[in-house]
Amino acid sequence: MPETLMTCIQCPLSCRLVVDTGSGELVVSGNQCRKGEEYAHDEIINPTRSLTSTVATIFPDFPLLPVRTDGEVPKDKIFEIMDIINSILVEKRLRPGDVVLEKIPGTGTPLIATADMREL
Amino acid sequence: MKTDVMVIGAGPAGLSAALAANQGGAGVLLIERESRPGGILKQCIHDGFGIVRYNEKLSGPEYAFCDLEAVKSRNIEILKNTFVLDLKMKDSKFKLLLQNPDKGVFPVTATSLVAATGCRERTSRQVFIHGDRPAGIYSAGTAQNLINIHGYLPGRKCVVLGSGDIGMIMARRLTLEGAEVLGVYEIKSEVSGLTRNLVQCLEDFDIPLYLNSTVTKVHGARRVEGVTVAAVGPDYSPLFGTESYIPCDTLLLSVGLIPENDILEPLGLAMDTSTGGPIVDQQMMTTIPGLFSCGNATHVYDLVDHVSESGATAGSAAAGYCKKDCVQGEIEVKAGDNLLYAVPQRLVPGKDSVVYFRSARTMDNVLLQVEAGEKVLTNKKYIRLRPPEMERLVLEPLPAGLEKVVLSLKEAETDA
Ligand SMILES: Cc1cc2nc3c(=O)[nH]c(=O)nc-3n(C[C@H](O)[C@H](O)[C@H](O)COP(=O)(O)OP(=O)(O)OC[C@H]3O[C@@H](n4cnc5c(N)ncnc54)[C@H](O)[C@@H]3O)c2cc1C
Repeated sequence: MPETLMTCIQCPLSCRLVVDTGSGELVVSGNQCRKGEEYAHDEIINPTRSLTSTVATIFPDFPLLPVRTDGEVPKDKIFEIMDIINSILVEKRLRPGDVVLEKIPGTGTPLIATADMREL
Repeated sequence: MKTDVMVIGAGPAGLSAALAANQGGAGVLLIERESRPGGILKQCIHDGFGIVRYNEKLSGPEYAFCDLEAVKSRNIEILKNTFVLDLKMKDSKFKLLLQNPDKGVFPVTATSLVAATGCRERTSRQVFIHGDRPAGIYSAGTAQNLINIHGYLPGRKCVVLGSGDIGMIMARRLTLEGAEVLGVYEIKSEVSGLTRNLVQCLEDFDIPLYLNSTVTKVHGARRVEGVTVAAVGPDYSPLFGTESYIPCDTLLLSVGLIPENDILEPLGLAMDTSTGGPIVDQQMMTTIPGLFSCGNATHVYDLVDHVSESGATAGSAAAGYCKKDCVQGEIEVKAGDNLLYAVPQRLVPGKDSVVYFRSARTMDNVLLQVEAGEKVLTNKKYIRLRPPEMERLVLEPLPAGLEKVVLSLKEAETDA
């Protein structure tokens, strides 16, 4: 498909962007500023997202630890990463910023804790 | 027990209020009915918090952690699992009866009270749906609590009613955890949450959004078995012949939030029917001297950063009140043409103020005017205003003697 429609989310204007890839080059229209063009490029060439979820712990008083990727990961890997996240069991009381996984397999991105498990 | 400032609720508003009151030199007691401080942020594990304050997209628990560390570093006392049984005023002091597992029932006298009790969700009783009342109907926030705090998936095939932020965030969360979200149904002609959530929660996961439509009936004896959905006309009533049946096991409601202020009712303070919260001035003082309100208890904010700002304002003014350094705002702020509401509703002259407002509808090329009588005090232009996106405006100190200022929005004439 040479034409893709998307909504720019860089500001509340929410421009409707049309990205034409027909000529082999990216041509963005519908944007009202440069940010829209950059956003469209990223979205077409390498869309990434940060992912937040929870991992199981061994502590009955804190059964789930919220986590997030420390940086963005490729959008098309999100469900693979969810499978990895759902196989983790945390056995120590962690704090925000503590590393849960050094490198999420298939990416170079760490997975970090976002809550303080000592706070009951 | 006696304290200068008592803060009810240890969400982001209450934490900031407690910190600011302490920094203002007041003795502070912070109470929370839950076992952990942090308020709603504990279950908001998604990111997007702190963009204004830290220029970072933190998750809810991380944002709460920063405030909690600050509160702890100043040795502010937090009583958890603590409920308010009774609240009265006597000799201009606040007399509270509290209860918790450690101390049992005990009285506290406070010179100043800050209510930072947050908001609650509208329930199915407050929206009009016919049919059965089986298990499987949840408010979006309840579903969020079940999944993110307790680790239970509330259902496998879900329909979401309402396109509020929590509903869209939960649609994504359910999808990530392996449930199927069949669609988000919104009665209005536009999404009621932020565009960022529409794109990153629904579009990213190909979750269908149906505007101008609603759930008209719930089916199922013990558990939800399906819902009837229908398109609606301009008056929001279902259009005959458009109904269709969708088999599902769960219905999530994301139909709005209401400030929670029940415990203040006995004090007889003036409320604003358009925000659902108390009338306040720019110090967040209500119409009762010494009683302050902040965060989602005052009006429902969309950014936590501004919740914290209101908490800090309330906390430092409450500390000031204890030193008799706080007068009540008497200049009326009126939300005029095309405004849904404006907060604060009163202003004290001679002090800066932060005014929050929402437009009543989506508007392009808008001029905001702040007028006092015939005189225009401030003009500001906006390219676009949408009701879900709250605007923050800093007003210069007003001269004494004004009775009323009026905020209004006008769309620029288009040349076309
Ligand atoms: C689901 C959801 C998603 C959100 N997503 C975002 C986002 O992505 N980005 C963003 O910036 N903002 C977001 N927000 C907004 C922001 O998180 C809230 O506005 C903010 O948490 C409100 O803070 P608060 O302190 O006013 O209320 P709360 O966090 O609700 O805290 C109120 C506290 O008061 C306690 N309490 C209430 N009554 C009593 C009582 N009688 N006695 C004792 N304690 C009491 C409650 O237990 C609670 O702990 C979201 C909000 C929700 C609900």
